[in-house]
Amino acid sequence: MSLYVDIRKKLGNFTLETQFEAAEGVTGILGASGCGKSMTLRCIAGIVKPDEGHIELDGKVLFDARKKINLRPQERHVGLLFQNYALFPNMTVRQNLMAGLMAEKQDKRAAEAKIREMLEKFELVGLEKHKPAELSGGQQQRVALARIFLSSPKMLMLDEPFSALDGYLRWNLEQELLETLKDFDGPTLFVSHSRDEVYRICDRVCVMEHGSSSPVIPVKQLFEAPESRAAALLSGCKNFARAEVKEAAAADKPGRVYVQDWGETLAFAKESTAEVNYVGVRSHYIYPVTGEEAAAKPENTFRCQIEKVIDDVFSTVIMMKPVNAVESEESRKNHFGILRVETTKEFWREFWQKECAGRENPQKDIWVYMDPTDVMVLR
Amino acid sequence: MVRPSVFQEAFMDWFPLYNSLRIALIASVIVFFTGIFAAYYIAKLHPVVKGVLDVVLTLPLVLPPTVVGYFILLLMGPRRPFGAWFLETFGTKLIMTWYSGIFAAAVVAFPLMYRTARGAFESFDETLAYSGQTLGLSNTFIFWRIRMPACRQGILAGTVLAFARALGEYGATSMVAGYTPGKTATISTTVYQMWRTNNDALAFKWVLVNVVISAVVLLAVNLLEKSGRASSTGTKRKAGR
Repeated sequence: MSLYVDIRKKLGNFTLETQFEAAEGVTGILGASGCGKSMTLRCIAGIVKPDEGHIELDGKVLFDARKKINLRPQERHVGLLFQNYALFPNMTVRQNLMAGLMAEKQDKRAAEAKIREMLEKFELVGLEKHKPAELSGGQQQRVALARIFLSSPKMLMLDEPFSALDGYLRWNLEQELLETLKDFDGPTLFVSHSRDEVYRICDRVCVMEHGSSSPVIPVKQLFEAPESRAAALLSGCKNFARAEVKEAAAADKPGRVYVQDWGETLAFAKESTAEVNYVGVRSHYIYPVTGEEAAAKPENTFRCQIEKVIDDVFSTVIMMKPVNAVESEESRKNHFGILRVETTKEFWREFWQKECAGRENPQKDIWVYMDPTDVMVLR
Repeated sequence: MVRPSVFQEAFMDWFPLYNSLRIALIASVIVFFTGIFAAYYIAKLHPVVKGVLDVVLTLPLVLPPTVVGYFILLLMGPRRPFGAWFLETFGTKLIMTWYSGIFAAAVVAFPLMYRTARGAFESFDETLAYSGQTLGLSNTFIFWRIRMPACRQGILAGTVLAFARALGEYGATSMVAGYTPGKTATISTTVYQMWRTNNDALAFKWVLVNVVISAVVLLAVNLLEKSGRASSTGTKRKAGR
């Protein structure tokens, strides 16, 4: 079973242009708000009609602009869990579940048995007569999922299922949802703007940016080796700068990239033939080092001036500026000239004692080091 | 229709009340369905078409009722194409009968129903309809069992307002139905007629009847709004993107 989507849709000056294939298992669609994630789900469900393209589920064409095929949402058998769960407020839990069964004619006893089974599976026994407004966020989500499963969908789509819940509830519900998804054997699309959720829940991921999607890749790959600046940003990378490759990397030898915003030439390890416009370095992978340590490393050490030290809950964040940084309008606008470095509190306390506190250092200059494997070259 | 029935004779004194109520009730039923369906389908049209239709359908609310009456006469008068065709085919005039009042009341009350229903539909959370569709529910089921119950406060309020407006219609009614005691007289035309013929006591009696009915109707609207607010605070949830 798999889903194939290749659609275009114009809305004012926003163009949705997305193409991907989702096999069984959970495929994440990761993107900032307003990038077209929800619109994509609505096109697949048949609520919104794309301008052109083709949607196919399990060998059955749901939409094809050229062949003028556009199945009604009722004929698509696609389960869509809305952000607000969309339970019918005038109906009880039982009636809501009944609504999921109504599309297929079946005898009363069989329907009763199915509802019973779902009530038990989703721990809703005793809530049958409650209205949705009387349920907690978690219970509402369980009713919505039970209702979708009763309609026997061929695939599932979850639109930011945890956005309506507070942090504490989220974790438990996420674990529950993971259990539920294990039993479902069709493709599942999981839309989210949270990289953490995607990392924990999905097998594969498709990054969306300004209405266009990039190819589906395994989740691990997104976090270890993102291809584009947008993907790196979504995967949680904080430091970016404009860059130009001087020497490509080979299997045995790192490449060299000139980072104009930092005024430094850095070594990088990743072999890549793609075009490179930026480098990205995660804030955990920039290490403050002492003068002696710096002298021992031939590459990727440079001096930075400390701008600000921020005490966070479990870590210390140091904002710094490379001393050779070349400032420009573009770099100021995008914060290219500022490095964000994150260390444990203990490490920074010790480092500060040793390196800065006792010495005459009015410039507050320190050395930093980054490993060539952690310098990501990006599109 | 023209011969006074036994029922009418027994209630001759109260005929204007009876006539006003039946006109208002029938007009409300007509307006209930036409108003709702106009509100539902017009919301889906192209913005330009929607704008034009909206103006046309709301006009009776702001036009003087006499102008509405004039238009009705223009269409249904016995010498006008439609009225003449109807007279020839069914042998009945469309104006100066008791049911002429229904046309007048319906046209004047329509915008109230249409606009309140449209307001209610606009605040409806469309994701409910979408989720119904993806679950395989028919559009008819979604309309009557999900959309209408969710909008019932607004629709009930619109119906009551339309009924009140139909009950109090004077201008257009007096033009298309006239005042014939025991035949086309309504409460409002009777008040005017009694006062014009110096029958102050009777005029006052009908004024009282009118005030009582209107007060009851307004009370009903207030109660509906209050219960609507009470139940909606519990069911309002975050709207989907």
